[in-house]
Amino acid sequence: MQKATKSACETCDLNANASLKKMGINTENTDYVIALAGNPNTGKSTVFNALTGLKQHTGNWPGKTVTRAEGGFGYNDKKFKIVDLPGTYSLLSTSQDEEVARNFILFGKPDVTVIVVDASRLERNLNLVLQILEITDKAVLCLNLMDEAKRLDIDIDDRALARDLGIPVIPASARSKEGIPELIKTINQVANGEIKCKPHRIKNVPQSIENALNKLSKEIEKEYPSIPNSRWIALRLLDGDERIIEAVKSGEFITE
Amino acid sequence: MDKNNILNTSNDLRWQIGEGFHDKLTEAIYADASTIAQNAVTKKGDVKKFRFDKSLDKIVTSKTWGFPIMILILSVVLWLTIIGANYPSGLLAQLLLDNVHPWLKNLANLAGFPWWLSGFLIDGVYLALAWVIAVMLPPMAIFFPLFTLLEDFGYLPRVAFNLDSLFKKSGAHGKQALTMSMGFGCNAAGVVATRIIDSPRERLIAIITNNFSLCNGRWPTQILIASIFIGALAPAGFSGALSTLSVIAIALLGIFFTFTVSLFLSKTLLKGEVSSFTLELPPYRPPDFWKTMYTSLIDRTLIVLWRACVFAAPAGAVIWLISNITIGDATIAHWMIDHLNGFGFILGLNGVILLAYIVAIPANEIVIPTVLMLTVMTASIAGVGAGNGVMFELDSVTTTGEILRAGGWTLLTAVNLMLFSLLHNPCSTTIYTIYKETKSVKWTVIASILPLILGFVVCFVIAQVWRIIF
Repeated sequence: MQKATKSACETCDLNANASLKKMGINTENTDYVIALAGNPNTGKSTVFNALTGLKQHTGNWPGKTVTRAEGGFGYNDKKFKIVDLPGTYSLLSTSQDEEVARNFILFGKPDVTVIVVDASRLERNLNLVLQILEITDKAVLCLNLMDEAKRLDIDIDDRALARDLGIPVIPASARSKEGIPELIKTINQVANGEIKCKPHRIKNVPQSIENALNKLSKEIEKEYPSIPNSRWIALRLLDGDERIIEAVKSGEFITE
Repeated sequence: MDKNNILNTSNDLRWQIGEGFHDKLTEAIYADASTIAQNAVTKKGDVKKFRFDKSLDKIVTSKTWGFPIMILILSVVLWLTIIGANYPSGLLAQLLLDNVHPWLKNLANLAGFPWWLSGFLIDGVYLALAWVIAVMLPPMAIFFPLFTLLEDFGYLPRVAFNLDSLFKKSGAHGKQALTMSMGFGCNAAGVVATRIIDSPRERLIAIITNNFSLCNGRWPTQILIASIFIGALAPAGFSGALSTLSVIAIALLGIFFTFTVSLFLSKTLLKGEVSSFTLELPPYRPPDFWKTMYTSLIDRTLIVLWRACVFAAPAGAVIWLISNITIGDATIAHWMIDHLNGFGFILGLNGVILLAYIVAIPANEIVIPTVLMLTVMTASIAGVGAGNGVMFELDSVTTTGEILRAGGWTLLTAVNLMLFSLLHNPCSTTIYTIYKETKSVKWTVIASILPLILGFVVCFVIAQVWRIIF
């Protein structure tokens, strides 16, 4: 029977969709928290909908999502809460939507941050990716809109990219659900520690700044030994970021 | 304390590094991004495929064609809405008002309901709901999907691009074009969307002026009144086109007020520099037709309709109550309308409309049903409705027009109602949203009162000039 072949494929171990349970807005008692970040208009909400089965409105203009939306999904026996963050070009300036994203990645301590990028505009998107990788160790790059990149004859070596960035890279076309099973599987592996990331840290910084950063990070690590992103905190302190200065005083970004 | 140590060290280091830290850091990030991208991306020689987007953008954002195309698209959307909504509206009204209403009344009689209970529930609550559905559902079910298709295609950022220089001249932020467009759907959503504007000054301007975007609660009012009074001025074949034009005129007037009030605010209460920003024109993407239909029908149409119903039910009850409870020898409604009539006349409106706007503060959507209910009651038109505060059976736009004319409406009343519907206080949801976003009673009050004052002034001037000319 035709149905049998179909279900054989659907239940195959290699097909992560088989063990995906879309849980809509039910986000109680979740094992892992996943943040969904990226530039505006790269399809974050589409990825969010594909994972949760929700119908967040998606639109073709930057700035569609200004507040964070939450949803849930289950994979194998784990429950994930996923948070769709407003799209931002950078985490260095402070408009309200950018702060929502920045604060969540920094203070919300997501177990995995999925960075959604537009494959056809990779270089521009990488600016945000590099900033996020300064904050968090556990990240997955979702190379979205591969269909559009293909149409524009853009070829991307996702393995080279993964090597350079030090995090898993999953090519996807969220609109047609391509790549979503792989994405789920990878999120799970990063969350439970099967995959360890060694994220790229910003190079090309002038020596004087690099020295200052080192000195300050050491100072921060002395006070907060468990901190994973001392360099980022140092960066922001040197930039005079009020919110971070406040956070250093209260120690609110410290895990444990 | 060591925390202070950290901060002291960072202060010292900041002095050592000197100026330009932010720029140097940004440069470093860009340099890294560029190297990584070069390692991973290969672009094949063919650049021709970029050309479709580019050449389309050249036309829709050109200085000559940008605005005409915008107005043309708006016209087509509105015209389709006006033409398309009339028939299903009539059908729904016939079903819900002509058939279901008497049937419910009979049922209540059989069940032995006392007159006041069946009056309150069926003539008040049910009829208000039925009215909202008949008047609101068809235009929304056409307007929203069309609007969403444009949005998914990627047209909105182009609108923002076109309007940017005008906003800049008004001392406002170019991204206000996006929040203004959102306001055409719902002002509360538009106010929330202003979070994309970084500068607090420009954000406040965008919040205060968002109310000048006709929201979906007011489109049906505009469309209905335009079809009845303005459309009737033209010969039969052209009435649709003329009503479309008049609604567009009102929408454009709203945009005009957005600019002038922005300019006024940036010269007086909210002085300051215009900040610059980058706006990405996203690629055009073919909208997924069925998905768009689904999301715009479920997310927008039904949710907005549900909200309207939630507000309409108690409003229906209030209307029934005020037109059935008497103080002295007149009902409360009669009494209020009599008192408001004088002020209404000065504005070229009437007491019924003003009372309707008071009853309908929770939701703009129920203004027209309330106006009709109150008109019928005070005009005591023979043969329509079974008692005070009962909304009557209406099966077409023509009969609605007859009822209103019998209630003393003229072309002036219609024109001023359309203007007043554009220029009055935001609905209670929007007011609450403004408070939540600004956290300031002062700005909430200004945002609520300013449009109302403008509405009074504009209606007053039009009424006086009109009466001198005609």
